[in-house]
Amino acid sequence: MLTSPAAKLMGLLLTAALALATGLASLALGATEIAPAVLLKAFLAPDPSSTQHLIVWTERLPRAAIAALVGASLAVAGALMQTLTRNALAAPSILGINAGAMCFVVLGSTLFAIRSPLGLAWVAFLGALVAALLVALLGRERGGGISPVRVVLAGVAVTALFVSLAQGLLIIDQERFESLLLWLAGSVAGRELEMMTPLLPFFLFAAGVCLFLVRQLNLLVLDEEVVRGLGQRTGRVKLLAGAAVIVLAGGAVALAGMIGFVGLIVPHMVRALFGRDHRWVLPGCALLGAGLLLGADTLARFVIPPQEVPVGVMTALLGTPFFLHLARRRSLAP
Amino acid sequence: MSRSMVLRAVDGRLSLRLDRRTLTVTLLLALALVISALVSLGLGSQATPPSAVLEALLFPERSDIALIVHEIRLPRIMLAILVGACLGVAGLLLQGLVRNPLASPDVIGITGGASLAAVAFLALGGTALGEAWLPLAALGGALLVALGIIALAGRGVTPARLVLVGIGLAAALGAAATLILVLSPDTTAMQAYMWLTGSLYAAQWREVAALAPWAVLGLPLALGLARHLDVLALGDDLATGLGSAVRGTRLSLLLLAVALSGAAVAFAGGLSFLGLIAPHIARRLVTRGHTGLVPASALVGALILLHADLLGRLAFLPRDLPAGIFVAGIGAPFFVYLLYRWRA
Repeated sequence: MLTSPAAKLMGLLLTAALALATGLASLALGATEIAPAVLLKAFLAPDPSSTQHLIVWTERLPRAAIAALVGASLAVAGALMQTLTRNALAAPSILGINAGAMCFVVLGSTLFAIRSPLGLAWVAFLGALVAALLVALLGRERGGGISPVRVVLAGVAVTALFVSLAQGLLIIDQERFESLLLWLAGSVAGRELEMMTPLLPFFLFAAGVCLFLVRQLNLLVLDEEVVRGLGQRTGRVKLLAGAAVIVLAGGAVALAGMIGFVGLIVPHMVRALFGRDHRWVLPGCALLGAGLLLGADTLARFVIPPQEVPVGVMTALLGTPFFLHLARRRSLAP
Repeated sequence: MSRSMVLRAVDGRLSLRLDRRTLTVTLLLALALVISALVSLGLGSQATPPSAVLEALLFPERSDIALIVHEIRLPRIMLAILVGACLGVAGLLLQGLVRNPLASPDVIGITGGASLAAVAFLALGGTALGEAWLPLAALGGALLVALGIIALAGRGVTPARLVLVGIGLAAALGAAATLILVLSPDTTAMQAYMWLTGSLYAAQWREVAALAPWAVLGLPLALGLARHLDVLALGDDLATGLGSAVRGTRLSLLLLAVALSGAAVAFAGGLSFLGLIAPHIARRLVTRGHTGLVPASALVGALILLHADLLGRLAFLPRDLPAGIFVAGIGAPFFVYLLYRWRA
């Protein structure tokens, strides 16, 4: 673990460099490889007649931007959830938040023919909220305490609920099934920037909440009674952080579908590097989450060429060993 | 009147204590199942009155709907009953041995293993080998996952770890199944997707015959082993103190649950929620001990699947929707309600 602020700053810069490097790789690599010089030229002096420039601007750049945003959002949402629930296994995909958002998007697009990015985002927020409330309600013990395993089980049950509902809707509406299949698997391929821009204010709101709450979040790691003894009102902090989780996870699902395990793994990696201070953990999560998803998405183009593996499948396959490692630990505290 | 009655045989050396309420509930459930089966034999795209159904059953040579009843509806109903019973009991065993009412074959990944194997079989062109191999592939997948869970849960196989490891594996298996779906052509993708949801469409006698041995062997075995669940429910320490071989018992119960659910999923697809809710409903009807819960869970599971399949056949005529949609549609909200009522 890095201890001194200088070392941490260095670590953060290195993480940023990693995210940048994977971002550039994501722009350059794929079915058509684009040389670094051409890439540079595409940005400095775009030439509309060049196919390679066109690929960079219309295909690779939106895809990379969305992957970075989604990865960062999921990782930060995971870090917030692990702090809020004091559970090492908490993450948007495991506690059913992603499934709730996914199910509501399927519902909105099959039954209510919602197609606009903003409309789908609102529906996704609603679904994420419903799922979060359900898990919070079901994960609570009789005395009001929260047991880690029970919360995870409640999350899995809620996931099963929403996934089966979505399955039913998609079997009845087979046309939507074909068009949504890739999105269901979790994918950033074939996206346009216009899908992302209307959602930016929401992501900015979540980032603002994180900045504003960073000190109070550090207190939440302590024992509940200690925090109250210190004179902190945790209710409002939890509510705001919860809202940020809903927006981050719901927005990520609206953009890229079901991408699991990023929110689980990244906070653990970042805490291993930077400790528990949220002033370092949150930016670290955003950078490493973006880097991880960009890397996974780039890698996904080379696993079984010429086909692309949906990035959600990549993260699930990479993340499972990590989840098993966490599950086998003695304690489930983050 | 006492709450239970005792049957004795061989000069009192063999005795069986039966709880009156359990007995009544079990008989009523069985009656409900028989009536439901008879009614659903008569329903479908071509509705037939009960008298004609009875005639077709008893005197097939005189009836003109004998073919529909015997070759189309009856095997489907029998399969629904067997699958429902197997999944209900598998869920009961898992919930008992994990000591957690949220465990079920689909939550801890056994269904996921079977589903992945089946989807891979469909997508990789296994149908060329013959449809008969699909259930075997699914059963193999379920068994592999169960072994993986046991191996990864490590020493002691504590309930919490068993569940968490199962959940982790379920996620990976789901992702792999999704990958196969995405990469396969549209028609195969839809076929595999239907299978994942759980469907009894086009059930045939040979499927019933293939599943029957599992149910006929597994369900009585579950009935015999169920009393161990009562001991396990006291906690590992107390169970060990009472002389129970905790690890061995848990392992054999787990394997039995895998065999039952794997076989059921092999023939009906990835039905979710059935293994989860059937034991819960049974527990509300029958209160004492796991031995009484085994037949009750089996009957409740069979009843739910039978009615869900009937709904799937009738609700959107002429389309025949997978029963899994309706099991989940009824099961999921009910489960949320139960979970809310239940607090550890």
